[in-house]
Amino acid sequence: MGPNAVVSAQNLGLTFKTNDGDVVALSDVSLTIDKGEFVSFIGPSGCGKTTFLRTIADLEQPTSGTLRINGQTPENARRERAYGYVFQAPALYPWRTIEKNVALPLEIMGYSGSQQAERIKRTMDLVNLSGFEKKYPWQLSGGMQQRASIARALAFDADLLLMDEPFGALDEIVRDHLNSELLKLWAATQKTICFVTHSIPEAVYLSTKIVVMSPRPGRVTDVIESDLPRERPLDIRETPEFLAIAVRVRDGLRAGHSYEEHV
Amino acid sequence: MSFATSRHECTARVPAMKRTLPIIIVLLAIVLVWYAAAIGMNAQWQNDVYRRADITNVPATQFIIDTWNQEKPVLPTAHQVFGELWNSTALVAPNKPRSLIFHAWVTFSATALGFVMGSLLGIALAVMIVHNEAMNRSLMPWIVASQTIPILALAPLIVVIGFNIFTGTMGIPTDPARLMSKAIISAYLSFFPVAVGMVKGLRSPEAIQLDLMHTYSASANQTFWKLRWPAAMPYLFASLKVGVAASLVGAIVGELPTGAVAGLGARLLAGSYYSQTIQIWAALFAASILAALLVIAVGIVERLVNRAMGARPA
Amino acid sequence: MSQLQYFLSLVTGGVCAAALALSLVTPFETGLLLKTFLALGVLSLIRFILPLGLWIDGILALLGAAAVLISIGVFTPTPPYFWMALVAAWLFGWLFVERLSKTLAPRLSDNGGLGLLIPVVFGLSILVIWEVATRAGNVPQVILPPPSMIWARITASVPTLFADFQQTFLKAVLIGYVLGCGLGFVVAILIDRSPFLKSGLLPLGNFVSALPIVGVAPIMVMWFGFDWPSKAAVVIIMTFFPMLVNTVAGLNASSAIERDLMRTYAAGYWQTLMKLRLPAAGPFIFNALKINSTLALIGAIVAEFFGTPIVGMGFRISTEVGRMNVDMVWAEIAVAAVAGSVFYGVIVLIERAVTFWHPSVRGA
Ligand SMILES: Nc1ncnc2c1ncn2[C@@H]1O[C@H](COP(=O)(O)OP(=O)(O)O)[C@@H](O)[C@H]1O
Ligand SMILES: [Mg+2]
Repeated sequence: MGPNAVVSAQNLGLTFKTNDGDVVALSDVSLTIDKGEFVSFIGPSGCGKTTFLRTIADLEQPTSGTLRINGQTPENARRERAYGYVFQAPALYPWRTIEKNVALPLEIMGYSGSQQAERIKRTMDLVNLSGFEKKYPWQLSGGMQQRASIARALAFDADLLLMDEPFGALDEIVRDHLNSELLKLWAATQKTICFVTHSIPEAVYLSTKIVVMSPRPGRVTDVIESDLPRERPLDIRETPEFLAIAVRVRDGLRAGHSYEEHV
Repeated sequence: MSFATSRHECTARVPAMKRTLPIIIVLLAIVLVWYAAAIGMNAQWQNDVYRRADITNVPATQFIIDTWNQEKPVLPTAHQVFGELWNSTALVAPNKPRSLIFHAWVTFSATALGFVMGSLLGIALAVMIVHNEAMNRSLMPWIVASQTIPILALAPLIVVIGFNIFTGTMGIPTDPARLMSKAIISAYLSFFPVAVGMVKGLRSPEAIQLDLMHTYSASANQTFWKLRWPAAMPYLFASLKVGVAASLVGAIVGELPTGAVAGLGARLLAGSYYSQTIQIWAALFAASILAALLVIAVGIVERLVNRAMGARPA
Repeated sequence: MSQLQYFLSLVTGGVCAAALALSLVTPFETGLLLKTFLALGVLSLIRFILPLGLWIDGILALLGAAAVLISIGVFTPTPPYFWMALVAAWLFGWLFVERLSKTLAPRLSDNGGLGLLIPVVFGLSILVIWEVATRAGNVPQVILPPPSMIWARITASVPTLFADFQQTFLKAVLIGYVLGCGLGFVVAILIDRSPFLKSGLLPLGNFVSALPIVGVAPIMVMWFGFDWPSKAAVVIIMTFFPMLVNTVAGLNASSAIERDLMRTYAAGYWQTLMKLRLPAAGPFIFNALKINSTLALIGAIVAEFFGTPIVGMGFRISTEVGRMNVDMVWAEIAVAAVAGSVFYGVIVLIERAVTFWHPSVRGA
């Protein structure tokens, strides 16, 4: 764990108690995420990706191991508003306009009116939503709503961005577009991003590091460092380097899968 | 999948105790407040009684016990009310006018008759509304609007005029006539929620389900009995529960203006004429118990129907 | 032409023809308007050769209604063909509505005035039939006075009606409504922080909602006297529980993900309440406000059956029924109906403005 570690987990475990008995959602997860990294979490559903992200966000409590965010406990990190969280659904409040939705965290955190206005403008520009400030969420397409929710997570300038399948419900064309925009945004803001996805191309295209997970119990089976350049046009996805990484990811997923079959 | 079902069961099974405990505690608190309030509210009268009888230096416990056991208290206590309930049900023959069972029966019969009439009417109207666009457009706005109107204001009119028509023009004996006029109010009150709920229910099948019936080239009749009617059942029973409670209110209010001597409403009115507070409270509790029984009865029918339709017992 | 329309057209024409035949025995000049209407009605049978526009049916219905209304006093006794003309006018109205709704059916929303026309036609035909049936049928006024008479009574007794309205609505209903709803809301917010209290009070609140609470009226009259405070007290009790139950349900209506969002901002209880849970509870709260608007009026009027000073809508209704002044009772009921609908309508307007974002409002 270097001084640059934004997230560091050691032997992290989380077990849900249910009526059917215990569900081990995370088991012995050790992982370090450094500042400025773009880390993707990939794995079949139920392997604990969401749970891991929620644990970082102090929305779930680990049952074993340690977790530090910027060297602090998750709870303190949350109180210091260390991260922005983008949920699977946009979760915009329908009674607020888009700009008021982006302003929500700023109001809660007590920013002044002029600061709010300035930040709203900056983040709305960042996610390409200028001109839609006065619209209500239901008047926007799904892709625009998700961009607004990203703007909301960016508005208060947390250095860490947690994104749980933010584009999962969108069609592939919109998704490609938002992926390249996300990369630009990452380059522009220098943030650390944790990104959950189901899609191998998405993970490889976006990430500097890909964490492959497998279910029952949820654990990390492989961590792949990507040596693709930071500058990534969409057609990088046809290059041999890209495909080589994709194959590694697929092998990692398959390994997790075969483990399951043996059990 | 297994996860989802387990969650479902856990809400149904585990906290039976956990669920009743808060209710019991809150009820106990209400009883406590009740008795405390009775002391304060009945104190003035109690002091007057002592003064008139020239009694002084009453010990506090005696004073409290006295305020809890007055004959015409401002606020009767629970044991007085339930005592009266017990005295006027268990200790009196149920065919005597002293018996609350007698009065409850009178009110119940009007409620039940009105409820059946109102529900049938409501269901019939809903079926017509769902099947005929002209009916829908003509009636629906009026049904909705009529829910905003204090229909109960009509009660005295219906009771008195209806009673006169039944006995005068039609030559019906007084008792059935009185029953009928009360039942009309009950029917009137229960018909609205049932009609509205049934329209919602009969329209609840989704477009794809209706499209499916369409691909089978099912007749309107088949679509109705195989899709719309079963889909409407939950809505029907939800609105029947509202309807039966409304029916009871209608029957009770229908007993107010006639100078009727029988029925829970008449008991309330008589109690208020003669300041028989305990009698009023007992009648009120009897009405509440009747309401609860009626709603429970509808619930039982609902469960039986659900079982007959093969639904998983909840 | 649908089967129903075909059948209706045939019957309408047939009724007109029969009535016209019956009317021919009377001297030519009597009921000329009626006869014109009937003749035109027979003529409408040419629709089986030459299609007629639906507006022709509408005009015929209107003409028929006018003809029947105008000739109410002409005959003694009322001849059968008069009643047949009434039936024919009504059938034309039905036919008109049936055809209009068929043409409107594909355009479910956005038919503006035309969609509104149908219920208006329905309401008008009820009024016309009521008026004609009571007057031409010599129905005793004590049983059912004609609408025109009720209207005359309303215009003649404005001061009395207003005094009653003031006593019952402006005092008992409004004050009781505001206090009852306000109290229910505040208690809901207070118990919101205690799951224990919530799980204890909610089932009770739900249970009480099914009870005939108006029955507390005699007790309230005894405690608070004959004047409006006792009625307001009944209204408070009746409106309290629906508000409590709905507000508590509404405060739990926000989704888990929305609450998680607030948690990631480390928002406090009050911030979450004000920015998320209260707005999300809006539709539920307005639901209670709407239910309560009707309950409040009922509660106040029924409570007056148990004793009032000599003013108030419930008082007037019960005493005038006793005196067989049925037109006054209907006048009072008309006022109550208008007051109730306007009250409800105002709340709906506020609801639209406040919860504009809710799908049920957006869709409308
Ligand atoms: N609140 C919870 N209670 C019980 N089990 C849970 C809960 N949340 C998630 N789980 C279980 O934990 C496992 C991991 O879930 P999750 O992190 O959502 O997976 P993923 O996001 O990778 O699809 C799953 O088996 C899921 O059923
Ligand atoms: Mg997930």
